[in-house]
Amino acid sequence: MPNPKRRHSKSRGAKRRTHYKATAPAVSECPHCHEPKLPHRACPNCGYYAGRVAFIPKGA
Amino acid sequence: MRHLNSGRKLKRTASHRKALKESLATSLILYKQVRTTLAKAKETRVFIEPLITKAKKDSVPARRHVSRFIKNREALRVLFSEIAPKVQDRPGGYTRVVKLGQRHGDGGEVAIIELVDFNAADEAEKRRKPAKEKEAVTEKVEEKEAKADSASAS
Ligand SMILES: [Zn+2]
Repeated sequence: MPNPKRRHSKSRGAKRRTHYKATAPAVSECPHCHEPKLPHRACPNCGYYAGRVAFIPKGA
Repeated sequence: MRHLNSGRKLKRTASHRKALKESLATSLILYKQVRTTLAKAKETRVFIEPLITKAKKDSVPARRHVSRFIKNREALRVLFSEIAPKVQDRPGGYTRVVKLGQRHGDGGEVAIIELVDFNAADEAEKRRKPAKEKEAVTEKVEEKEAKADSASAS
C-alpha cells in the first residue's frame, strides 16, 4: 500500500484549511409576522408557510 | 446504475421500513398531521397517496387491499368514511409536506406531512380571527377587479 513519504506539519494542514469558510445561512423575512426565517421553511415564530398555518408554535 | 432503485432505505431493514411506513401512514390518517423528518415525510407521501386513491372507491376488495397496510381498524374506518369522501374530487396530491428547519441535537431536517383537506391548525387559526383577515382579502380582490374593469374599459 502507498504511504506518505514525509511528515505533514500542523501548519501545512492549517494553511490548507484557511480556505474552509462557514457561509452565513440565507435568511428571508416572514411575510406574516416579519420575523427572519429560513427560505422554503415554515416560520418558527408564527408557524405560517405559503399563506397558511403549518403548525401552532409553542406558547401561542 | 440506479435502475430499479426507487425509494429511500431510511437505514432500516425491509421489515423495519415496512413497519415504519405503515405506522406513519396510520398516524397520518388518525391525526391528519404528523411531524417527522423530511425523508420520512416524503416516503410516507409515496406510501399513502395510492392507498387514499384506492379508498376513494369503497368496495370489499378495496378495503381488503388497504387493510394489508393500514392494520388499525379505526384508521381504516376513518380513511374510508371520513377522508375518502372529502378527497373524492381531488386528482391525487392529498398530502402536503412543509419543511420546518433543523432539529437541535442531531441537526436532522424536520417536516410536517398533513392531509391537504384536513389542515386543522389553519382552520383553527382562521376561526380565531376570521372577520379581519377575510375583509382584507376581499378588499384586495375587489381592488383587483376594479383595476381589471378599468383596464378592459379603456
Ligand atoms: Zn412568521
